[in-house]
Amino acid sequence: MQFGFLLEQVVNGLVLGGYYLLIALGLSLIFSVGGVVNLAHGAFYALGAYASVEITKYLGFGPAVVLSPIAVAMLGILFERYILRRFYTADPILSLLITFGLAMIAEQAIRIVWGAAPLSASIPPEFRGSVIVGDFLFSRYRVMLLAVVAVVLIGVWLLLHKTSFGRVVRAGIQRPDMVAALGIRLQPYMTAVVMLGVGMAAMGGAFFAPITIVHPAMGNEIITVAFVVVVIGGLGSFWGVVIAALLVGVVRGITIHFVPAAGEASIYVLMFLVLLVRPRGLLGERIEKFE
Amino acid sequence: MTRYNRRTLLKAGAAFAGASAIGFPAISYGQAEKIKIGHLTPLTGFLGALGTYATLGMKLAVEEINQGGGVMGRQLDVMSEDSVNPATAATKAQRMFEQDGATVLIGEINSAAALTIMQVAARNKRLFLQTGARSDALRGKNCNKFTFHMDIPNTVMVNTVGKALVRDNMVKDKKFFTLTADYIFGHDLLAAAKRFFGANQGNLIGDELIATDVTDFSPYLLKIRQAKPDVVCSNLAGNQVTTLIKQYAEFGLPYPIVGFNLNTADAWAAGDGNLSGTWPTVWYHTLEVPASRSFVANFTKKNGKPPENHAWIEYISFKMMAQAMNETKSTDTDKLIAYFEKETEFDILKARKAHFRAWDHQLMQEAYPFTVRPKGHAKDQWDFIALGTALPAAGEPLESLAPTREQNPCTL
Repeated sequence: MQFGFLLEQVVNGLVLGGYYLLIALGLSLIFSVGGVVNLAHGAFYALGAYASVEITKYLGFGPAVVLSPIAVAMLGILFERYILRRFYTADPILSLLITFGLAMIAEQAIRIVWGAAPLSASIPPEFRGSVIVGDFLFSRYRVMLLAVVAVVLIGVWLLLHKTSFGRVVRAGIQRPDMVAALGIRLQPYMTAVVMLGVGMAAMGGAFFAPITIVHPAMGNEIITVAFVVVVIGGLGSFWGVVIAALLVGVVRGITIHFVPAAGEASIYVLMFLVLLVRPRGLLGERIEKFE
Repeated sequence: MTRYNRRTLLKAGAAFAGASAIGFPAISYGQAEKIKIGHLTPLTGFLGALGTYATLGMKLAVEEINQGGGVMGRQLDVMSEDSVNPATAATKAQRMFEQDGATVLIGEINSAAALTIMQVAARNKRLFLQTGARSDALRGKNCNKFTFHMDIPNTVMVNTVGKALVRDNMVKDKKFFTLTADYIFGHDLLAAAKRFFGANQGNLIGDELIATDVTDFSPYLLKIRQAKPDVVCSNLAGNQVTTLIKQYAEFGLPYPIVGFNLNTADAWAAGDGNLSGTWPTVWYHTLEVPASRSFVANFTKKNGKPPENHAWIEYISFKMMAQAMNETKSTDTDKLIAYFEKETEFDILKARKAHFRAWDHQLMQEAYPFTVRPKGHAKDQWDFIALGTALPAAGEPLESLAPTREQNPCTL
């Protein structure tokens, strides 16, 4: 029976990891291609949640989780075009500072527009409650969320590995100079990568709004975990991020099962251990510009 | 230092003038300088939503006081800031007393931050009217002469909900699983809950301490399912309560949930149809008391939404402080303490008047258990709580829910 309980925590951790993945994958892409640590990534997650709560009021939940990421991705164009673009080749400390500042501005802007009190959001009735498979209990909503994450994941993988767009982006991660020498401008690709990344973060926010608390600082809460996932997974690796996200979810669940007090610390210990053994992360590639 | 001396002199002068001018219209001091009050409350972090309401309540009170001629003819000048965390709260409190010339401090919600401000108040020998922190320890083993406590302490919340649970046969021989906020407030609330379970033959079969920044409760919910309790009980605080309510509804666990602490803003944020069970509150905007209704109307007109309990408590705290200064004609710490300690009765917008208990400086007042209205029975999005009868019952002394002298180690 004890083993059954543990297995339940493992499966639940995988589900949670899937949700971390939505945020971490975009963060990793932007970092890998542009060399920019986007500390404002959490702000897009928060904006996605707020936008979906607003859209839900008028059009319902379904359109909200589609329209909110699209709206935020559009905002991503402006973000890339007018801010990020200036810092790709600059000292990394500058992009850290600018995105950190943006994160604070975004949080305060949300506080001004929507107030400090959390917005209320509920799971649509058809996704309420749980499904019990054998001995396992799943939240119906999280099962749906997992399916969405799987679809997004497959879509992003196909985009990166089976299209000419993906080939240029992957080449741009490794050898931007060669890509340039071949006469390809990386900038439009970078805009697309940022759109994709912040759009996924917003999608995470939109889907998580009904089960977490929609408040101005929610971006801060997720960004740390997302970073841990990116660091554990390693730069430039799609599957590294996937494995790291699931691992983080599972390790947290198992730790809470055995040593509840260490639950939140466990993911940092995991990061510490992974970096000791593999300084580039689990599947991190050797990227010249970061060495 | 010269500034401090000048201020001391002025205060002494004002006190002297006040004492010798009984009966003179307050307007004769219209020229006097403003009375400075420091206000600290969390505006960010897991209690930020509550602190924002507290600030709105404070603003309404100060506006009304100043429009009505101020205090002893002097306008109130409130410095209001985010207390951030316990260490910052203490630094700001010290600065407000030492450099900004605050005569008294009012505010706080976080028990850990309130504790550090209490120490600063004692060191500076100035008054701190502690509005929103509920840990028993603040008015128990950590109590001090310079702090008065407005909100109901943890023991009162437990006893308020406890009475309703005992009435509904939900305690004796039942298995409880508690989730507890991992800081002084939660630890303290768990201790009060354990005392209650012990006295009423309830069995506590599991407890999880949860850090204040946790946003995913699913592993804990699975542990609850494994433990198969009869009742799940929340000892959480602020945003944690909202997250628990939402995710508990999400997982649809079959065990009834109750809670020993809740602020209405946290319940509002949980969304329609997610909250259930019995919980305590210190005040609610639907209370059928004329003075309360008029406060709610004024607040709603100004802010476009009804006040929640922290807006109310800040409002009455500032009104009480103004009353104390007006009645004693002084901002002198010792005089104000004496005024509160003589168990003066205050109208706090409830059916019964309230007073501070002299030996632990805790405000004695009514509290209310509440349940959640069935879906479709709420008038608006703010109205999903069905208030139970005020406790203690009309004939009983207000003290009957509070910790007794035997339970409370406070010596001032």
